[in-house]
Amino acid sequence: MKKLHTYVREHWLGYSFAILCMVGAIVLDMIYPMITQSIVDDVILEGKMNLLTRLLLGIVLVGVGRSILGYFKEFTFDRLASTVGSKLRKDLFSHIQTLSMNYFSNTNTGELMARVKDDVDRIWDVFGYVGMLTVEVIIHVSIVLYCMFERNWKLAFLPLFTMTLCGILAVIMEKKLDRVYDGISEENAVLTTVAQENLAGVRTVKAFVREKYEIQKFLSHNHRYYELNITQSKILARYYPVFQFIGKALPIASTILGGFSVMKGEMSLGALVAFVEYTRNCTWPMEMVGWLGNAISQAFASHKKLKAIYAVEPEIKNEEDIITLDQVKGEITFEQVSFQIEKKEILKDISFCVKPGKTLGIMGATGSGKTSVINLLQRFYEVSEGRILLEGVDIRELSLKQLRSNIAVVAQDVFLFSDSVEENIKLGQRKEMKEEKIKEAASLAKASDFIERLENCYETVIGERGVGLSGGQKQRISIARALSKKSPILILDDSTSALDMETEKEIQKALEKIRDTTKMIIAHRISAVRHADEIIYLEEGQIAERGTHEQLLAKKGLYYQTYEAQYGSRLQEERREKWQ
Amino acid sequence: MAVNSYREDEVLENSDKKKHLLRLLSYLMEYKGNIFMVLLCMAVTVGISLVNPLIIERALDVHVAAKDVLGLMKLGIFALMLNLVYVFMVRIRLLVMAKVTNKILLTIRQDLYEHIQTLSFAFFDSRPTGKILARIIGDINALKDVLNNFVTTLIPEFVTVIGVVIIMMIKDVRMALASLSTIPLMMVSIFLVQRASHKRWRIFRKKSSNINAYVHEAVAGIHVIQSFGAEEETKEIFSEVVEEHKNAFWDACRYADLFGPVIDLCWGIGAMMLYLVGIKVLGVEKVTVGVLVAFGTYINMFWRPIMNLSNFYNSVVTNLTAAERIFDILDTKPDITDEEEAIFLPQVKGEVSFEDVSFTYDRGTPAETKVLSKVSFHIEPGETIALVGPTGAGKTTIVNLISRFYDIEEGTIRMDGYDITKVTLESLRKQMGIMTQDNFIFQGTIRENILYGRPEATEEEMIEAAKAVSAHEFIMKMEQGYDTPLKEQGAGLSIGQRQLIAFARTMICKPKILILDEATSSIDTHTELLVQKGIQALLQGRTSFVIAHRLSTIQNADRIFVIDQGGILEQGSPGELMEKKGAYYRLYMASCMDI
Repeated sequence: MKKLHTYVREHWLGYSFAILCMVGAIVLDMIYPMITQSIVDDVILEGKMNLLTRLLLGIVLVGVGRSILGYFKEFTFDRLASTVGSKLRKDLFSHIQTLSMNYFSNTNTGELMARVKDDVDRIWDVFGYVGMLTVEVIIHVSIVLYCMFERNWKLAFLPLFTMTLCGILAVIMEKKLDRVYDGISEENAVLTTVAQENLAGVRTVKAFVREKYEIQKFLSHNHRYYELNITQSKILARYYPVFQFIGKALPIASTILGGFSVMKGEMSLGALVAFVEYTRNCTWPMEMVGWLGNAISQAFASHKKLKAIYAVEPEIKNEEDIITLDQVKGEITFEQVSFQIEKKEILKDISFCVKPGKTLGIMGATGSGKTSVINLLQRFYEVSEGRILLEGVDIRELSLKQLRSNIAVVAQDVFLFSDSVEENIKLGQRKEMKEEKIKEAASLAKASDFIERLENCYETVIGERGVGLSGGQKQRISIARALSKKSPILILDDSTSALDMETEKEIQKALEKIRDTTKMIIAHRISAVRHADEIIYLEEGQIAERGTHEQLLAKKGLYYQTYEAQYGSRLQEERREKWQ
Repeated sequence: MAVNSYREDEVLENSDKKKHLLRLLSYLMEYKGNIFMVLLCMAVTVGISLVNPLIIERALDVHVAAKDVLGLMKLGIFALMLNLVYVFMVRIRLLVMAKVTNKILLTIRQDLYEHIQTLSFAFFDSRPTGKILARIIGDINALKDVLNNFVTTLIPEFVTVIGVVIIMMIKDVRMALASLSTIPLMMVSIFLVQRASHKRWRIFRKKSSNINAYVHEAVAGIHVIQSFGAEEETKEIFSEVVEEHKNAFWDACRYADLFGPVIDLCWGIGAMMLYLVGIKVLGVEKVTVGVLVAFGTYINMFWRPIMNLSNFYNSVVTNLTAAERIFDILDTKPDITDEEEAIFLPQVKGEVSFEDVSFTYDRGTPAETKVLSKVSFHIEPGETIALVGPTGAGKTTIVNLISRFYDIEEGTIRMDGYDITKVTLESLRKQMGIMTQDNFIFQGTIRENILYGRPEATEEEMIEAAKAVSAHEFIMKMEQGYDTPLKEQGAGLSIGQRQLIAFARTMICKPKILILDEATSSIDTHTELLVQKGIQALLQGRTSFVIAHRLSTIQNADRIFVIDQGGILEQGSPGELMEKKGAYYRLYMASCMDI
């Protein structure tokens, strides 16, 4: 993670300007009593009426100056805070995007949302008004301390001592609060996660009438969040009054201690009065320390959470020296590939080669590892043994970008963004893709008819995950998305399961016409893979059978059984019809 | 369908600020006793703050002047005691107030969450999840300061201001008026500033909600993004969303930051007026230095609280937009609720009938689409009905209507003769087992996920359900069997496995009416056959609706409905339909074409 102070350093000019405005305002604050003093002494007591206009003008000018400087100070701080906060947010987001699948399957969406939104907000505050007030307190206290040492250095040790005490207390409080805020920030993420899951699964919740249970679940976390906040306020309630006490008691203590020295004749009464006035000026900064300490510990806790995310390295990244392929024709080779995840064997000894323009069909039972083959090819996970080659080059030697941009996948689990149909299809080539290409792909995917019937055709905004569209419609948009890329390699992962037979047939025909693309088709229906150049049948992570449709039928093995199950009765019927 | 995306800002119905503020305060009113205590503590602390200067004055004028060491020490001890009381009071105030505000946040959040649970699909369909989340989490947290400051800033500062004005008026009306002459100016400018900034803070909140929505989608869809190498453009879109958020903040701050300076200016002009009127109009002879200096002090005492009040007002303006967004949801009436005289639906036999049912999505909006028109059918208890037809024809809609996820436009749906709108939703849905297309898996163990359908089910029943859908075998192969924890959305399981778990969850309900919407679409043929055999026994005596595209899935149905063009095109047993040589026959033949 980039150190936080480097963000400040990047904006040193802005911060300097803001602090300059602040100093200016403080200086004007000090001029004001001089003017009023002059009004009393010179105008009223000595009757120099000619000075009055100038002095009154001075008061107005000080007011105008203070408000202008004050405005610039606040606005500049706000501007800088939002600039730095937004930068931090973008950096965090970019980092999260580089992380690998494994990280995302183990991290909750709600948690990441809380980090990017709420935790960055806490830090944003410190770069803004919290930081501004802290600097203001420091400048103010320094000036006042300086003046006090000027007047009476012995007595000035008292405020110096109490202020140091305040600082130490603030650090102790910060430590205590830190732990609580750690918990609060964590619970905030949990609360987000619980609510997020509930909202995402709202259909299931309602279908099973489990609203009450969900409410109960949320209540327990809501309560925990409440408890943590109460713990936080208990700590605050322990320290906060102390800061206030010091702020209030300092002038009195100075008066009394100063009083003794006046009695001893070490100090004049007038000097004491002035000194006490200065200590009064320290009251608000002292009272502020508690509040600032609180805000800063909150930001620290959030910062720690962000650092933890930054500490996660992407498991899969580009090698040092990558090979760039000039032209990818689409040859894919798996060489004795095995894959384990969390010590569980998913794939074992998988070998195959798909020549450019050829088609590989993959079948197999639920959980037999079909999708894992695709995930490995895209390098979402790293193979445990063996290697995967693209055009004869180990995919680990290619850049992730080059590898993935040559493979267009229609995933089994269709994901659509709450954006227009057009944007959803363009994904990955948002800027360069032409309208004709979108339409062409949509019509290949048999999606153009229903898209054109939508309210705003291609500009129609579809709901998150495509709510509002039927399962089959979503699948077709997802197919169009892959086809529009015209990649040399096309992968269809059980991507027609929600389509009716007729549409599926039409899409299959359209796909067969795309000749120069290497295809990998995962399917459960024989009809989807029967024209493939090779079909592999996976069983528990291994290739149980392989060959063409005809070869596999002749084998009378698993593939044949599937075939029988799907067409058996129909075959009989047809035969019967012929007989009749 | 008018759907909101992460790009667009949400539309809020109502923006009556005063009403929202009063509503927020009504939550505070429930803690009258506590608030009274807080105010009492504050009265004591304000009192002590006022006494402190007197102590200093006395110390200087009486004791130091008279060189009375003992008196000075006594006074010191007295001051110490007094300020310890002060500490104590502040502590109580903080504790009580923290309890009140956090309790209120707890209540509002829970109210909001519970209310959201009652809303119908139309609500969830029309906006990104991230935006609803933004209201439950961020917007509610934003209320904290408003509630806190209302009691600890608004009331005491307001009292102070009134007090100071009264004292000034008593001392000298003319000078009081002169010093306060800038109040109208202040009021007008504050009004203008707040109007400008309120509008902008609303935009800011909406942009903030857009960030939430986008992060949610980018994380949930990371698989697709990485697969299409779309990281760069996702980053760009996020950048745009963040920039918009930042610009909205600047825009709001540009106005909101005027609060302080405006007050500063009015303060300065007021002071000038005081001296001008005091010296020029009244004449030096009539105004004593003492009065002038006193007024100078009073002006300070007047404007400090005004400054604090305006800061508070500023934060109210900022955060009230959060309250607005919360109340917006709380005021959204659920479309589908129990009728007032809704009765409890007794155990049904499973008879379902549609009488001239019509249904249109998004009725009354430009996006309205008629899905069903005048559909009628009657289903006997125990029948298995298969729904087939092209995608988007309305198969899922029909089953959604049976479970009353949407209300129909005209006609009646009856279950065992009861109009489903006349019975309670809970008693209706409890009798059904619905397997939706999205196969949602919750975080928790496999056991918890299956038992979600019926928490009171026994271990045997759970295993029976899992065995029926052929899930038992793969579950037992997992390291911890049924106690294997599942990750968010079932990550780590194949889609087919997720579907089997969701299937088991539905079967464990043993409902009278079973709805299977593409329950086996991601499962291989071999497993599917096993599932079909497995659930045979469980289906006995239950009415079931099966939606499927694979015709092999529905061969055992009693009747098949071919859904298309807003209604039932054909119906009959598989054999009848084959003989009819109509739409079903064509579908069937299409699937055999390449043999």
